[in-house]
Amino acid sequence: MPDRPELPFRKTARPDRREILAAVGLTLAAAAGFAGPGAIVGPVVAQKSDRIVALGGVVTEVLYALGLEDRIVGVDTTSQFPPEALRDKPGVGYVRALSVEGILSLRPSLVIAIEGAGPPDAIALLKEAGVRLVTIPEDLSEQGVAVRIAAIGAAAGASEPARRLAETVQAGFEELAALRARVVGKRRVLFALSLQNGRTMVGGANSTADAMIRLAGGVNAAAGVEGYKPMTDEAVIAAAPEVVLMMRNSSGHDATPEELFAMPAFSATPAAGARALVRMDGLYLLGFGPRAPLAARDLMAAFYPDAAIPALKTAAAP
Amino acid sequence: MTQAALARPGPAAALTVIAAGRRRYAMLVILGLIALCLALIFLGVGVGAVSIPPGRVAGILLARLTGGDAALDGREALVVLNIRLPRVLLGLLVGAGLAVSGALMQGLFRNPLADPGLVGVSAGAGLAAAATIVLGDRLLGGAAARLPFAVLPFGAFCGGLISTLLLYLIATRRGRTSVATMLLAGVALGALAGALTGLLAFISDDRQLRDLTFWSLGSLGGASWTKLAAVAPIILPLLFALPLLARGLNGLMLGEAEAFHLGVPVQRIKALAIVLVALAVGASVAAAGVIGFVGIVVPHLIRLALGPDHRLLLPLSALGGATLLVAADIVARLVVSPAELPLGIVTAAMGAPFFLWLLLRRAHVVEI
Repeated sequence: MPDRPELPFRKTARPDRREILAAVGLTLAAAAGFAGPGAIVGPVVAQKSDRIVALGGVVTEVLYALGLEDRIVGVDTTSQFPPEALRDKPGVGYVRALSVEGILSLRPSLVIAIEGAGPPDAIALLKEAGVRLVTIPEDLSEQGVAVRIAAIGAAAGASEPARRLAETVQAGFEELAALRARVVGKRRVLFALSLQNGRTMVGGANSTADAMIRLAGGVNAAAGVEGYKPMTDEAVIAAAPEVVLMMRNSSGHDATPEELFAMPAFSATPAAGARALVRMDGLYLLGFGPRAPLAARDLMAAFYPDAAIPALKTAAAP
Repeated sequence: MTQAALARPGPAAALTVIAAGRRRYAMLVILGLIALCLALIFLGVGVGAVSIPPGRVAGILLARLTGGDAALDGREALVVLNIRLPRVLLGLLVGAGLAVSGALMQGLFRNPLADPGLVGVSAGAGLAAAATIVLGDRLLGGAAARLPFAVLPFGAFCGGLISTLLLYLIATRRGRTSVATMLLAGVALGALAGALTGLLAFISDDRQLRDLTFWSLGSLGGASWTKLAAVAPIILPLLFALPLLARGLNGLMLGEAEAFHLGVPVQRIKALAIVLVALAVGASVAAAGVIGFVGIVVPHLIRLALGPDHRLLLPLSALGGATLLVAADIVARLVVSPAELPLGIVTAAMGAPFFLWLLLRRAHVVEI
């Protein structure tokens, strides 16, 4: 779609009355606190090809991994990796509560969205506005990662690099499977999302944490619950985890192993004896993008420190 | 003696002077509010994340009115006609509906804390919406995924109506509705719906939880002509019925028995008000989620300015609510552009401090 010629070229050179009115109106609006400087921005410097709005963390991560970051003109708030994405690009809000006008103001030619981006009215309006919209299927499996990378690459016109990236990721998962087969005595791992007020929120079945624990050759000790759920102290003891997995710096301060295993729930678990607490960056651990095989391998090495897990030969994504 | 008293400019004459002054003051408030509302309508259509010069906006609107113009840029016309215009109109409608509902409920229950939620609409609608968000996929299978646009608002609307109907049945004995029973039953039903909503939140996954939270904060983001066409026939009857209700509510302020002896058709007024409010609030909640605060504060602002006469209070609450919501929506759209804030945050953050300031400024405590 060709860019519309910029407006200021009109018949007369003197300031247009409408522009003066606009300026007055905007000044008033700004004075009333309505419009910050970010509200009405000038056109962003045009790129040679697509102007992409990325909706969904995995979309942004893959586009960056493919080296297409210069074409991204906007990201949603779940685009946490790489960290510069949200810092450098305008944010269009939460992926399921999008503002159509906000997205259109970035003049995108392509919107790549994860399945479930919305609200549906917003998606319909985007299509009506003539923006090319590509939806990436939701899939938390090993093959899913490769499929999504390929779909994102195809949408952005970078099928070839995407294919290479997907192959690397696939190879990473295969190597991981081989390593996993060698693990003896699978350990029971409990993922603790948070320990707010002494209440333990765990990652049960069908959570990303569950998928990662299994990829890393562990057994999810909380597989009895579904999704992320609070678990009572007694249930934590009954789950008998041999390793406790947490996110690094999830709530502003890290609990030390001493603090964690002093809690009544955890003091009586097998993990307490060995002080087995594993911490990993939350986005690395739960992103489930191109870095998933790497994260799972690191996790495996942490679960089985005595097994000397070798590094993956194929390094997926930066 | 009596002649002398009559000859002097007595209290009656003074009252007339005061009344004239009040009337002039009321006129000023009314005209000011109308002007403010119109200005905000123009601002609402004129500004947004996409910057379009005001002249261009006017051109697009004119071209639309005079019957299409091929020269219109597709995207700008779409932003003005299909995003901003329905959004501003929906804001007017929902704002007016919520504020009037609040004023009616406060008059009907003779309680300054009454809000549209009292007739059980919000609790029921909230529960139904939570059920749609959390259980929709499981219960409706693929259908929910294909029609989520329709399922959630429709579910919320039905939930609101059902709970109001339930409350009304509980509180009505031998053709007489007890507002006190309705108030208490409303609290109980609200607690029950809250518990069930909490249960749904417990079994929901992360994404559903976020959907739930966003929904409960309200937004005009989903405005479209279709939605407007669905909602307008449900909210407008309430606004048109105001003249019918105003005099009756003024009578009710004296008490139910007194109003009855004055010839006010008490039961009919109650039934009409409750049904219209349930419909209007149900439709608002369905179209824009839960937007608190408007229903309780706008009527009180009008009372503070002009007194409790429902003949003025009801129409001005409509105007005030519409103005407040359109203003709040403009802020919601612009502060974090190109993203947008949930509307409920803005209405409360803008309105509450202003309202507190008004209360503090007054020398006397407020009587409803």
